[in-house]
Amino acid sequence: MNEHSNWYEFSKGIIRENPNLVTLLGMCPTLAVTTLASNGIGMGLATMFVLVCSNFVISLLKNAIPKSVRLPCYIVIIAGFVTLIDFLMKGYLPKLHSALGVFLSLITVNCIILGRAEAFASKNTVFKSVLDGLGMGIGFTLTLFFMGSIREILGTGSWFGFEIPWLSDHPMTIFIMPAGGFFVLGILIAVVSKLKDRKPPKEIGCASCPNASVCSDEQKAECTEKEAGTV
Amino acid sequence: MSYIIIIVSCVFVNNIVLSQFMGICPFLGVSKQIKSSVGMGAAVIFVMVCASACTYPVYKLLDKLEITYLRTIAFILVIALFVQLVEMILKKKVPPLYRALGVYLPLITTNCAVLGVTIDNIDSEYGFLQSLTNAFGTGVAFTLALVLFSGVRARIADCDFPEAFSGAPSTLIAAAIVSLSFMGFSGII
Repeated sequence: MNEHSNWYEFSKGIIRENPNLVTLLGMCPTLAVTTLASNGIGMGLATMFVLVCSNFVISLLKNAIPKSVRLPCYIVIIAGFVTLIDFLMKGYLPKLHSALGVFLSLITVNCIILGRAEAFASKNTVFKSVLDGLGMGIGFTLTLFFMGSIREILGTGSWFGFEIPWLSDHPMTIFIMPAGGFFVLGILIAVVSKLKDRKPPKEIGCASCPNASVCSDEQKAECTEKEAGTV
Repeated sequence: MSYIIIIVSCVFVNNIVLSQFMGICPFLGVSKQIKSSVGMGAAVIFVMVCASACTYPVYKLLDKLEITYLRTIAFILVIALFVQLVEMILKKKVPPLYRALGVYLPLITTNCAVLGVTIDNIDSEYGFLQSLTNAFGTGVAFTLALVLFSGVRARIADCDFPEAFSGAPSTLIAAAIVSLSFMGFSGII
């Protein structure tokens, strides 16, 4: 158990431990759906919903789930909520549903959700887990919104469908192409690291590997050796 | 002929990593060395093909019971189960192969490319053999992207970047350039 205040648990996900820009989790939806600002928000909110619900249920069940089969249990819980949001979105927001496409189903394997379940919800109280889920969800949504805005404004010359004078005459289409996604995310991470005045995350080694929570210690040791090229 | 088109389309035109953004995490995490890229790629090809073979009958069953909306849950369970099973079998029966692939197997359960390809098989309404071809092509595409990119990373590892750009940002910008080069393939099919 840690002794941080509720406010700390809520606010840490927004900037300090922003899941995309600082811990580098959930990169796939961040890059894929952010061609429009509205898609970014939609994806962010859908992920936040799943994150809050799964954190809630997992922290309720943390004593009931046997440790050895916890990951399949978590995945089933998460997949259940993903199916729910899939239905809701299909019913009420069919346009957004078709824009997000397969990435809506892929929320199931979004490493942010599994990562928070493993690192936080399985060790903390229900209330704190919900706060953590909310904070991380807001951080994720904001990042997606910023990414989407930058790419939409530069790539299509409009923002939420409103045309921006001059820019809409000369849209830089490259920004809504895949290459633009990688580029904008790289720049955003660099800017955030600069603002926070610290080195950007290095995605090398187990500590920062998004899947580290899934590996056993034995595998981690092997992994480190492989990365170092000694095997 | 259609099989060749599926493979070319998977590997070059719609490369799963560089133009569909699936499996970015291992793409950035495991691509530091060519050797580990090849290992991860081989494990992914293997799991993708087998997972497609497993999920095809599962989907037919769901379709018959008219509960296809449960496909995400069913598929992820099949994949998780399968990966676990392969890991155990390899560990017991083929230790050398386990040592080569074993580390990468648990990473694959949460690799969205695997779930992505099984869903793509359904959405594209592929038959059984076409699904397998699609899975194989996608696995090869993943491996190709990983191996190419590990070569690029070896080159940029020693470069002197501004501090804010060292590490992840420079890697992502390099990925943007690699992705740009793959845009050249668009339109050949």
